[in-house]
This record gives sequence, C-alpha cells and structure tokens, in this order.
Amino acid sequence: MGFYLAQFLTGLASASSLFLVASGLSIIFGVTRIVNFAHGSFFMLGAYLAYTFVELMPHGILGFWGSVIAASLAVGLIGVLLEITLFRRIYKAPELFQLVATFGVVLVIQDLALWIWGAEDLFGPRAPGLEGAVRILGEPIPQYDLALIVLGPAVLLGVWLLFNKTRWGTLVRAATQDREMVSALGVNQSRLFTSVFFVGSTLAGLGGAVQLPREAASLLMDLNVIGEAFVVVVIGGMGSVPGAFLASVLIGELNAFGILVFPEITLVLAFLVMAVVLIVRPWGLLGRPDAVLRGASGPPEEPLRLFTPLSRNLILGLVGLLIVAPFIADEFTVVLLTDILIFTLFAVSLHFIMGPGGLVSFGHAAYFGLGAYGAALMVKYLGIGMISGLVVAPVVAGIGALIFGWFCVRLSGVYLAMLTLAAAQITWSIAFQWQDVTGGDDGILGIWPAEWASDKMTYYYLTLLLVFGGIYFIRRVVYAPFGFALRAGRDSALRVEAIGINLKTQQWMAFVLAGVFAGIAGGLYVYSKGSIFPDELAISRSVDGLVMVLLGGIQSLLGPIIGALSFTLLEDLVTRLDYWRIIFGGVILFIVVIAPEGLAGFARKLLPDRLTGKTEEEARS
Amino acid sequence: MPVKRVQSMLDVSGINAFYGQAQILDDVSFSVQAGEVVALLGRNGAGKSTTMKTMMGMVKSTAGDVTFMGSSIKNLPSHTICQKGLGYVPEERRIFTELTVMENLEVGKQDERDGAPLWTPEKLFELFPNLGEMKNRPGGQMSGGEQQMLSIARTLMGNPSAILLDEPSEGIAPVIVEQMAFTISALKKEGLAVLLSEQNLHFAKLVSDRAVIVEKGSVRYQGTIRELEEHPEIRDAYLAV
Repeated sequence: MGFYLAQFLTGLASASSLFLVASGLSIIFGVTRIVNFAHGSFFMLGAYLAYTFVELMPHGILGFWGSVIAASLAVGLIGVLLEITLFRRIYKAPELFQLVATFGVVLVIQDLALWIWGAEDLFGPRAPGLEGAVRILGEPIPQYDLALIVLGPAVLLGVWLLFNKTRWGTLVRAATQDREMVSALGVNQSRLFTSVFFVGSTLAGLGGAVQLPREAASLLMDLNVIGEAFVVVVIGGMGSVPGAFLASVLIGELNAFGILVFPEITLVLAFLVMAVVLIVRPWGLLGRPDAVLRGASGPPEEPLRLFTPLSRNLILGLVGLLIVAPFIADEFTVVLLTDILIFTLFAVSLHFIMGPGGLVSFGHAAYFGLGAYGAALMVKYLGIGMISGLVVAPVVAGIGALIFGWFCVRLSGVYLAMLTLAAAQITWSIAFQWQDVTGGDDGILGIWPAEWASDKMTYYYLTLLLVFGGIYFIRRVVYAPFGFALRAGRDSALRVEAIGINLKTQQWMAFVLAGVFAGIAGGLYVYSKGSIFPDELAISRSVDGLVMVLLGGIQSLLGPIIGALSFTLLEDLVTRLDYWRIIFGGVILFIVVIAPEGLAGFARKLLPDRLTGKTEEEARS
Repeated sequence: MPVKRVQSMLDVSGINAFYGQAQILDDVSFSVQAGEVVALLGRNGAGKSTTMKTMMGMVKSTAGDVTFMGSSIKNLPSHTICQKGLGYVPEERRIFTELTVMENLEVGKQDERDGAPLWTPEKLFELFPNLGEMKNRPGGQMSGGEQQMLSIARTLMGNPSAILLDEPSEGIAPVIVEQMAFTISALKKEGLAVLLSEQNLHFAKLVSDRAVIVEKGSVRYQGTIRELEEHPEIRDAYLAV
C-alpha cells in the first residue's frame, strides 16, 4: 500500500513541473494560436539559468528560491524579446510557418546553451531545507517532492485569479475569442500579446527552474519536455489552464504507474491517451469547441501554376543531367544525390498532403520511418530480398497511414496537426522502447541492397526511377478529378460536401497516398544507408520535411523539390560545423521572416512569367 | 483672430477598399456632424460594413482620407482609432460569449474623455434595464436582442464621441427594434454622432436625420430623410422594399 502511495506522490510531483510548462504553453496558444515548440527551450533555459543563479547567489533557502524566481523572470524577458522580434511577425502566418519558425528558435537556443553552459549535464543543488525525506506509510518521500505537490495547485490558483479577477485576465480571455474586436474596443493587441508571452514563458522558466534539484540541466531537456507538454495541453484543452492541470496529473500518474505495468511502452501511453481523448472529446477535456477565430486567417492559397514550354524544357534538362550525373560525378556526389532524391520524394509526399490536401501534418516522419522499419524488420526476421523489402515498405507505411489517417481527418487545424504529431511520437516510442524487436536505440543494422544493386551507381538509378515515378504519379493525382476534389475541399469544405463529395474519405485516401510515398522514400533510405534508427521517426525528422516544404514554398508543386534539394545540400554543408544548429535555425528564421512564400515563390517574384508559368485560371482565359 | 472652420465630426472623403483583387469601395465620401444621426443605407453587399470597417482601420484604404474631430484616422490601428473616441458596434454583435455581461463591459472600458459623455455600468443599466438583470450571465447564453444591447453598451463603455452602428436591427425581434430606436434617440440626446448602417428603411426613418445610399461600393444618393421620402423612385432604385 505504502509503495503505491509513494508512486502516486511521485506522479503528483512530476505532474506539478509538467503543469507549469504546459499551462504556459496553453496560455500562449490560447491567445496567439501559436504552437510554440520553443516553449521547451524556455523550460531548458529556466533550469540552466537557475543553475547559474544558484552558483552566484548566497547559498541557503533565500538564495535558492531567489534564484528560481530570478531564472523564471529572466526566461519571461527572453520570451518577451522573442515575441517582439519574431513571433509578432508570424501571428497571421499558416501553422506550418509558425511551427517551423519556433523550431528554428529551438535550434538557435540549443546552440546558445551549448556555447554558454557546455555539453556536460549540470547537476543542481538540492533545495536547502528540503533535502530530506518524510516517511509516509513506511515509504520515504522526498520533502522536495512534497513541496512541488503544493506548488502545482498554488500556481493553478494564482493563474486562475490572474485570469478571472483582473482586467488583464478579462482582456486576455476576450482576445482568445476575438482579437479583432478587442482591438476595436481600444485595447492594444501587441502589448497584450507581449504580456501573455511574458506570463507563459515565465511559467515555463519556473517549471525548468524547480526541476533542477530533481533532474540535471541538459541540452536534451527542451525536446524531451515539449512532447509531453503538447500532450498535456491537447488533452486538457488548448487554452484551458485547469484542463492543463487535470491532464498533467493524468499524465504524471500514468507515467508513475505505467512504468510498473508496461515498462516498455510508457512513452506510448501518453500519446495513446491523447489520441483517445481527441477522438472522444476533440477539444480536450476542458477545452471548448474552437470558435471561428476572427481576423487571423492567412491569405487565400494561390492557384497552382501550369508549366510553360520553357520551364518544361528546363525540367527535362534537369532530368537529363540527373541521368548522366553518375558518369561525370564522383561516388560521394552520387551518394549525396541519392539522399537528395529520397528526401525529395519524402518532401513531395508531405507537400501533397499539406498543399493540395490542406491537412497540416506535423508527423510525416512516421510514414517514412514505418516504411524503413517495415522493410528492415522483414529483412531481419524473414530474410526477404530487396525487391520484396521495397514493396513491403510502402505497404506498411500505407497501413499505418490508413489507421492514423482515419483518426486524423476527423480533426482540423492545430488539433489535426497535434494528432499527427502524436501518431509520429507513438511510432517513435515503439521503435525506441520495444528493444527486443526493434533494437531500440541501437537500431537495425545490415540492411543492404541486393547484389545487382549494391553498386552505388545502380542504386542511384533505382532511386531515380522510383522517385521520378512517384513524383510524376503525385503530379498526375493533383490534376486528376480526385485532386480537384481535394483542393476544392481545402478551399471550402462546406461547398464540396454540398455537391455530394465525401470530403473525409477523400482526405483519408490522400493521407494514405502521402503515407505510401513517404514509405517508398523510407524503404529506399534504409537500403541506401544499410541501417535504421529511431531518429528517422523523431520530431526533428518531421520538422526536416516541413522545412523542405517551407523552403520550397507551399503553393507550388516544384516547391518541395527545390526545398529538398536546398535543404539536403545545406544540411550536408553545415552539419560538419560545430555550431551548425544556430546557422540552420538562423536560415529557417530568415526564410520565415524575409521570404515567407518560400524559395520557389521568392524566385517567382523575381523571374519572368515565361519561366514561372501561369495559374490555371490565367491559362484558361 | 482667425475664424475657426466648422468641421464635421466625421469626414469620409474618397476612400477605396479592396478584398484581394475585388474592389469593394470606390470613392466613397460623406460626413457626419456632431449630434447627428446618419443612416448608411444599401442592399446586402453594397459596401456598408466595409465602409465602417475601413473607418475603423480594420480594412485598409488605398485612397482618400478619413478624419475624425479634425485629425486623420485613416489606416491607423483599430485601438488607436477607438482611443480617439470613435466607437464601433459590429454586425453580428461579436459578444465575448465566454465572458459575463460585466466582463464584456470591462473589456470596452476606456478612460474618461473631455467633451464626451461618461458611461458607467450603472448608467448603462438605466438605458438597458434587461442587462442589469443578468450581470453575471455569460454572453453566449443571451438572446440576439440582449446581445445587441450588450454590444452597444460595451462600446459605450469607451466613452465615445461618435459611434458606428452596423445593422443594429438585423435579426432581432420587432419589440426590441423599437427599443433600439429609443436607444439611438437617447444617444443623440447625449450629444453623440451616430452613423447607422441599415437595410431597413422604416427603422432608419424613425431615428435618422440624413441618409447616405450606397450601391456597389459607391455613394448614389445623399440627402435628408424627408427628401428621401419625397422621392420614392430613389428608394425603389437602391433599396429592397
């Protein structure tokens, strides 16, 4: 009995820290509608800054808690700085831009933290006066855990009072529903949003700072916490602070007890709960149906453009160049080109679902990884050949997309994006934690191409064939009746339904199609590398795909091709440097702020019409 | 001493507005004097709401000017325009449904303004007795008419000198429409300038001094309500009867 109580209290203590982070994320999301990946970085900075302040300040109770508060406020100010310089420029941008931009911030902050605090984990002090343990029913419970258990509800109360008993809180709640109206009533939106960012970031900083006596400050804290924080916010209902509290307790306890029952899949549990909650209550436990947010929609999507004879010839020239490339380039370049081709197919499949499909997917790596793991597992356990492996890959990915897609197309907007992220995290967790089957972190090795394709050049041609086939097929689909229905559904779901098209089914099929082609890319990838690791399913791989789509620009079918090319080249170039993340993050931020229509769109502005083509509308008239 | 030119309270001169490529307003001009009620009449889609949104800085104008109490407010941020004393009551009311009546009023609250009537919740509850009986009710649980009252009361909390009312009689019960007419007369008595957009000519005639008729984004007629009544052919040409 005592043991279970101890476990329960540990769960509550973790829930408190999680709640601090998640409530901040929820508050910021509620008002600004930004899905802020950098919130995990705020949490990490809270821990690092607390470490530094504890070192500087006199030791003792005052010094410790003073450092915690100073660290939280410092993180709040960092949040304000970021809001003023970056976030306020992207409030009206599509979710994709916001997500990728905040991920750019994650990369920059990671390298800044590495530069300031070094790569070693930093162990903080124990909280003075709370070093000991209390025996409850014979089990030792750390005093500090008890303090955290009190802190969580205390912060909940404080935030509740702030939101419900002050003018500021009233304005924030009003802005959550209708920012344009709040502005028309004389409230300066910019200042309100900045203050919301301050409160949200301060809470994240506090969450990180109070975690210091329990967990060493490390560079992995940011992405580790953000996944769980998203889950909590989505389960609780975006924008609802009491919901975040409820969900934090739920997840905290689920982890505390789940580890006793299913030690292999604790990570999956949280995401499974989230998926179930989203199906039963699509707006979370205490969330409310998403009111139509006024004054926040982005510009309407531009129609696709048709090829001009000149651009068609240029593309044919490029294809020709790719065909002769192995004869003029060295082996290293051929391998790099193979990579580029594989990621091009991955990016094109993601673009298909996001652009023409209009479904924002934050977890497309799932299908890439499913394809790769599907083939690798078949090779490992059944010893199948390469051709069968390349057939299995899209089938496995397609089945995954069929299952996840059924759930995903029921939601829209940010909730859809969150569910796709959860789906990807579930597959990642399985690959990472189910060590007996997937090899866990060690991955699966020794997946080599068949004898006849083992030569780099042959494998390159095989890749070229499949990738071009895939891209051609997707392009045909976009201009087929199915593609028309899909694009029409993206632009006006209501009208499409009204003329007798079952949009959900169309979107579901599109989701599967995108998954299948990502799976082909995954299959090609595993044979080109000879191995597969859980990283290929992780958040950062999904974001890679998003960056490629963003780089190229979402409103062009050529976009993802240009995006994948420039992304892979850039990655190849900068990852050899020590501080590549800061460069990479900087490039992302630069593109989001300076060229939000992507490289292809940016080029279209500069290039003559003869090259960039006409919209379908212009071509018809 | 130089003679001070008599200025209108609100002066719209030659504004344009576009949604994407489509031109919604073309060279719209009219003015509203202090203490005057002007009806902006026109059919659905004629450009009435867009005119008001442009005046409030919510839609950007590429030409002309909007002046309020002598200074240009064209394309300023909405909150700055509101802080200068121009209140806006949108169509569809746009009540904060999760907030109570009192909280909705709190959002609209601004500092006292020289030369403009000062409104408090108590004073507003005299004008709208219904609202006083449901101070703690969430906006989402009120009838359309009650929401319309709340929307006007919320804007008055900003102590405006002039107020833009976008289709206040739309979608509410006839008995409330009467109350609305009474409310507008009361505002006029307080010295507020009112610009009222309407499709309902009957309602407009009850409360307005002058009428401005817009059709396809342009002003087609301006005159007093009496002149309009004497020329039924104008009414028939531009307004749905």
